[in-house]
Amino acid sequence: MNPVEIKPKIYWVGVVDWGVRSFHGHTYTTQRGTTYNAYLIVDEKVALVDTVYGPFAAEMIERIRAVIDPVKIDYVIANHVEADHSGALPELMKLCPKAKVIGTEKCRDGLFKHYYQNWDFQTVKTGDKLSLGKRTLTFVEAPMIHWPDSMFTYCAEEELLMPNDAFGQHLASSVRFADQVDQCALWEEAKKYYANILWPLGSVIARKIDEVVKMNIAVSMIAPSHGLIWRANPMQVVQQYAGWAKQDPGAAAVIVYETMWRATEKMARKIAEGVTDAGVPVKLYNIAESDRTEVIADMLEAKGFLFGSSTHDNDMLPNIAGFLELVKGFKPKNRLSSAFGSYGWAGGAVKEMEGVLKEAGIELALPGISFKFLPDETEYQQCYSFGRSFGELLK
Amino acid sequence: MQKYRCTICNYVYDPVTGDPDGGVAAGTPFEKIPDSWVCPVCGAAKADFEKI
Repeated sequence: MNPVEIKPKIYWVGVVDWGVRSFHGHTYTTQRGTTYNAYLIVDEKVALVDTVYGPFAAEMIERIRAVIDPVKIDYVIANHVEADHSGALPELMKLCPKAKVIGTEKCRDGLFKHYYQNWDFQTVKTGDKLSLGKRTLTFVEAPMIHWPDSMFTYCAEEELLMPNDAFGQHLASSVRFADQVDQCALWEEAKKYYANILWPLGSVIARKIDEVVKMNIAVSMIAPSHGLIWRANPMQVVQQYAGWAKQDPGAAAVIVYETMWRATEKMARKIAEGVTDAGVPVKLYNIAESDRTEVIADMLEAKGFLFGSSTHDNDMLPNIAGFLELVKGFKPKNRLSSAFGSYGWAGGAVKEMEGVLKEAGIELALPGISFKFLPDETEYQQCYSFGRSFGELLK
Repeated sequence: MQKYRCTICNYVYDPVTGDPDGGVAAGTPFEKIPDSWVCPVCGAAKADFEKI
């Protein structure tokens, strides 16, 4: 694949990772693969904005070489310290040892703690500029979008914003622009990405969007560090982020459960019928069999969460326990929740799940329900009513 | 003195040690820190802190 000229003399020199299915260890499933985007700006001075994941260094270097000898690189902008964007730095710097690495102070410290190299580093703050000749880059610190070291790089002459991990998607593709791919897949991946990576940082994101909007800068292209580049109506994704950051989800419910001999599953199905009959859309996931990343994305746009588990050794089952820990970390706001489950001895799962929900600051809108072994007709009716009441609360 | 935690990254502000690198002397109660101060770990705003 050749470098792709995304703006005059600005080239995508990243790599497409078709094979990756698990990201950040095993915290994020990348069913559609991903890309690591790096951008080469050839002006009187040559700058590379970000690199790629280490195992792909040679491929990125080959792509740079198709445009220019890497020794000519004057600046390497490190918008973010994380390994999927900085991993190729050590290999690259061997080819351009005099290049200056540019990033925030926290990025400098973080890169040292990754690679233990004494590269010539220039720290920058919001508003600092770097002239490349005809073009000037402006830097905007963006702490916690999504790490303390994160920053955005903006090129006014080309109206190009390179916000690193903001506005990305894990979506491998042979094309580079968002308007060239299936829009359902694109937005599904953009939503998964926001939900699984940025959800807890909504307050920071809302403030940063305000700040950037007030800077009144023209943006005709947003080139993130993963996935497709936004060029047709690029502000659409910014508006979408502003909406998600508000944490004002619609009347929808997600039921997440784990079951041993299917009694809890039967309860879950009856509860879902109740929610549906309340006129509220609902999704049902057996978390032991489901893709967590996808479930979290559905939860981003749902006001109601219901969690179910059989009682196992007086506690909830391990997959739902892990999932609840994940949800707790996202610090969801403006949500209603409750819990349910079947038991055989003295119960315990519902109480334990309610405990985690309280700890997570998620409102318990209804008392949880639990039944011994398989529900009888009356108990099924109670499941239905529980679902229906919960649905009504979401409207 | 009351400690505060950053709700974004979990850093804890301890008034006993303050945040000298961020211009906040040891012994400064959280309430007396200027609003322009940010979390030394993640850059979150003072408003993102909660009492612990």
